[in-house]
Amino acid sequence: MDCLILVQHEDFDLQEVYAGLRAKYGSKLGALAAFVGLVRDLNPAGANPGAVSTLTLEHYPGMTERSIRDIVDQADAKWPLLAVRVVHRVGTLLPSDQIVLVVAASAHRQAAFAATEFIMDYLKTDAVFWKKEHTATGEHWVESTANDLRRSREWRSG
Amino acid sequence: MRTEAGDKPVVHVVFFASLREVVGVEAMDIQACRLSDVEKALAEQLSPPALEAVSRDNVRIAVNQNLTEGDLCLRQGDEVAFLPPVTGG
Repeated sequence: MDCLILVQHEDFDLQEVYAGLRAKYGSKLGALAAFVGLVRDLNPAGANPGAVSTLTLEHYPGMTERSIRDIVDQADAKWPLLAVRVVHRVGTLLPSDQIVLVVAASAHRQAAFAATEFIMDYLKTDAVFWKKEHTATGEHWVESTANDLRRSREWRSG
Repeated sequence: MRTEAGDKPVVHVVFFASLREVVGVEAMDIQACRLSDVEKALAEQLSPPALEAVSRDNVRIAVNQNLTEGDLCLRQGDEVAFLPPVTGG
């Protein structure tokens, strides 16, 4: 399966990724699902509720890319996919910044939708990143939520 | 590259995110034949709060970027990483 994973400081352009896949696959491409995650400015569930002023992401170069590749390979084993693109940003981000892009391309919509959701759910729990929220009242490291863990467990069980 | 102590390989120990902050350094070189030697050395060198943090059940250890469990044999130049709980997306 055609897979491209980028971990980068720079922003990304969904339109560019979309156009690239359309150009590459032409009429073989029947469905493309895209998910973009953005930085929110509120963290109501966090240990230190308050407005987030910045979010800092770090990764383990090499291992992080491989952890994403493992997730994509699991999706590829479940659904017929033509291509997957994952772009995950690191460094310091501001509220409303784009943080992650997942694109799954397939002949069929069900595969594209499901693979995109699966990959996103696993990025929350299994991808090797660490996030620190900086708020007016201090800073703290973010962990997967109970809901994140429940969602990736549900994929495992069924 | 060996130290004057002779036979023990030197491994590169790295700490990420919250662990780097509590340990106070990003990395240190430790002489160790096995993973358990790294843990012994950390028990001697780290402050009590740092040792408590790296010893938590939810901290995973990767050797040369592969998650590992058990008392692995180490070689000169191996990278031993202490990873606190991850979250992406």
